[in-house]
Amino acid sequence: MTDWEAVIGIETHVELSTNSKMFCSCPTEFGDEPNTAVCPVCLALPGALPVPNEKAIEGIVKIGLALDCEINERSLFYRKNYFYPDLPKNYQISQYTYPVCEHGSLDVDVDGEPTVVGITRVHMEEDTGKSSHIGDGGGRIQDADHTLLDFNRAGVPLVEIVTEPDITSPEQARAYAAELQRIVLALGVSDARLEAGSMRFDANISVRPVGTTELGTRTETKNVNSLRSLQRALAFEIDRQIRVLEEGGRIVQETRHWNEDTGVTTSMRTKEESEDYRYFQDPDLLPLEVTKEWQDEIRATIPELPAKRRRGFLDAGVDVETAGVLADDDDLSRLFRDAVAGGATGRTVGIWLTGEVIAYLRRQEITIADTSLTSGHLVELGSMVDGGDLSSSAAKEVLLAVLEGEGTPGEIADARDLLQVSDTGAIEEAVDAVLAANADAVDKIKSGDMKPFGFLVGQVMRHMGGKADPKVVRSVLEQRTGS
Amino acid sequence: MSDLANLSITDAASGLRAGEFTSVDLLDAVTERAAVTEAHLHAYLTLDKDGARLAAEEADASLARGVDLGPLHGIPIALKDNMCTLGLETTAGSQILTGWKPPYDGTAVARLRSSGAVITGKTNLDEFAMGSSTENSAYGESRNPWDTDRVPGGSSGGSAVTTAVGSSFGSFGSDTGGSIRQPAALCGIVGMKPTYGIVSRYGLIAFASSLDQIGPFARSVADSATLLGAIAGWDRFDATSINAPVPNFAGSLDAGVVGLKIGIVTELIGEGIDPQIIAATRATADKLADAGAEIIEVSMPSTEYALSAYYLIAPAECSANLARFDGVRYGHRSSVEGTTEDMMAHSRAEGFGPEVIRRILLGTYALSAGYYDAFYGQAQKVRTLVRRDFASAYETLDVLISPTTPTTAFPIGDKTADPIAMYYSDVCTIPSNLAGDPAISVPVGLDEGGLPIGFQIMAPSLGEEVMYRVAAEVERLVDFTARPALATSEVTAP
Ligand SMILES: [Zn+2]
Repeated sequence: MTDWEAVIGIETHVELSTNSKMFCSCPTEFGDEPNTAVCPVCLALPGALPVPNEKAIEGIVKIGLALDCEINERSLFYRKNYFYPDLPKNYQISQYTYPVCEHGSLDVDVDGEPTVVGITRVHMEEDTGKSSHIGDGGGRIQDADHTLLDFNRAGVPLVEIVTEPDITSPEQARAYAAELQRIVLALGVSDARLEAGSMRFDANISVRPVGTTELGTRTETKNVNSLRSLQRALAFEIDRQIRVLEEGGRIVQETRHWNEDTGVTTSMRTKEESEDYRYFQDPDLLPLEVTKEWQDEIRATIPELPAKRRRGFLDAGVDVETAGVLADDDDLSRLFRDAVAGGATGRTVGIWLTGEVIAYLRRQEITIADTSLTSGHLVELGSMVDGGDLSSSAAKEVLLAVLEGEGTPGEIADARDLLQVSDTGAIEEAVDAVLAANADAVDKIKSGDMKPFGFLVGQVMRHMGGKADPKVVRSVLEQRTGS
Repeated sequence: MSDLANLSITDAASGLRAGEFTSVDLLDAVTERAAVTEAHLHAYLTLDKDGARLAAEEADASLARGVDLGPLHGIPIALKDNMCTLGLETTAGSQILTGWKPPYDGTAVARLRSSGAVITGKTNLDEFAMGSSTENSAYGESRNPWDTDRVPGGSSGGSAVTTAVGSSFGSFGSDTGGSIRQPAALCGIVGMKPTYGIVSRYGLIAFASSLDQIGPFARSVADSATLLGAIAGWDRFDATSINAPVPNFAGSLDAGVVGLKIGIVTELIGEGIDPQIIAATRATADKLADAGAEIIEVSMPSTEYALSAYYLIAPAECSANLARFDGVRYGHRSSVEGTTEDMMAHSRAEGFGPEVIRRILLGTYALSAGYYDAFYGQAQKVRTLVRRDFASAYETLDVLISPTTPTTAFPIGDKTADPIAMYYSDVCTIPSNLAGDPAISVPVGLDEGGLPIGFQIMAPSLGEEVMYRVAAEVERLVDFTARPALATSEVTAP
């Protein structure tokens, strides 16, 4: 039996959330009413001409810089020619040679195993309109009675990010896609909503026997609308290809459609034709100049990226999972950092924020800004726990009360009578009383049998009404029993 | 009153301000002229009588109020029917756009309106500006006012005819490979193509985007400069428009040519050019020399390949530019039953004429995988060579001169069966389009058959001022005053 390996490359389309479209001044935000955000340019009326949107160029340069790309100081717009009713000009303005960004990379991590995914290119193009096929065919164009067209989305700036075929598993593909989504969100250039189509993935997949270097025939899988379906679709397609090859068949180069409900990919194009887009440089657009100075200006606006943020959190003592959760949330990140800078222990604050705080916010469907929690509260709460004034379970209760706006941790702990006694004198008294009442246990311990020690701790705690600092209790007990 | 229609724009403008006549009088004069000549010539596709009248009345009213919008205020001007006009049918000479009324004015049109010009209507053209005779119009050919059995040239034939006979005081066309200069030459008037990027293409229905430029037809060099002045200048709606100060087109009309170095292009005064035209070109060059210019014969070897390169580049661009005409959003939609794809294909097949289809096919082929390098890629290299040839010529020369056309007006139907012969009509004009430089055709005489001969002056990029300077001197030196018989109020409709 041959061992197979998968070779995967991913093309990602990201709609930029600029105010206006790529080549006209129509808004990119529009309601449900079709064909309301349109003009002569994006409807491709005779005589209309495109003029590039500078904000979109800034957006793609940000993405390119975040992916460690080289930015071409001079890049070219091309016409990609194909007839389709929702493509108003029947060509798409895109890029071919000299895209805005080339030769980048993105580090992704699957279960602690790092991989570098090469970024071939990041180029600028425009989105198409939307077709709705009406009739008995269940939305399929070939069976429709008629087709309705909405050009609101036509001309929205679209960035395409193409990887090298460096990805070898569905898990890696998912990790890549998730990290790319985080970066795009961190850059603030797109809302990157997979379910809404503002971020879309197409995957090129082939398989080959392990140890060989020649690439197998690839298929392209479209219509994956979530990270989970990307992983599922890839797993299905890899298995399908292996099965075909093991049964002596051959893989047809084709585009396949992922069906989320059935969990299978099916062939979209029945004809085995290679498309000829007849690319040529768009004579309506001059070469796009992105000078070093402009690049520097754009670079200066790039916020801290998720990977670096996560590294900072790991260094502050949280675990990998907590670092990931914190890094995905600007508010939590800020609170965490400020609290740690104020002297709180990273590990404790991380657990609170990703545990109680997130759960509370979700329950209430609110954000941090809607609560009165500050980093100062976290510092105070942390020092109460570290100083033995508050048990960790009491701390969680206090934290919830802070979120509810009941006051500072100190005020709340006081009001609810949650403060621990770490006054050694009071504890010593309680210990002595407990020891006097449990002479057997003391004897056992003195003879080297430590079993009753926990029992004695419990007795002291009970004696103190649960408000003693267990650390102090232990140390007094150890001292008194000579253990 | 009707002879008002023969006034120059300069004279009409001063008469208006002197109160000798009104804009409405000028409009009436061209309308009366059109009423007679249209039946012979078919220059207009649409005469916007109501719109023009309103504009003329408004022009008179504002002048009376003391609002003077400049030299075109109140002047009746015709527009080629590939320039989008708000609410006024714009067909590009094609069935595929029959009845289409643009929801917007192109930039040049908007500028003409704001300079007070009165738009008389839309003129005939070869379908989508593809042709050199106006015979490719889906609405029937226009005819040459000097001999109605002959073509007026093209593709802007209709505009040229209106200005030649006085059914407009001036007009605009578009020049992709000679479509203004060639009909100007064949109709005995002044036609010029500006530097690429000086006039916005926004609202001009594209044929070949890297070559198309809007430019004026006029009965004098001074009028030409005035008309160009009204539409030139940077436009934020055209990314290829030049963001630089506009040359002073009329700044040196009286400066003469003393000391100017003028190159006469060897390749354009030899084989393939009518000997009478060569003789007229040389005679004009001699007059320029007598007037103090230095005439130098200069070889431009790349011009021999320019025609072939043009007929790959222009069709390639048009194959994409015309893809939008698919029956989906506007224009002709086929009634053939079938899929959306079938509808698009049939709409195009039914809506486009044979020359347009020929060029779309040619261009699609030239861009196809496996052919791109040999055709489109090679043509772009030739284009670079042409640019280089011109640039090096202008290192030592102020302007270049040549005939505008290889022949005078040819009989209707003469070249329709032979596209290559038709394409050759643009051999002298195409190099300037490839180079992106300005060029003008000025009438310098009549051939033995009484047909006008055009003389071309080419200048470096943004060199309109020196181009007009030489053109004005040629106009003075040759003193071409002949007018076609139809350009009088004596003629009646057939
Ligand atoms: Zn728009």
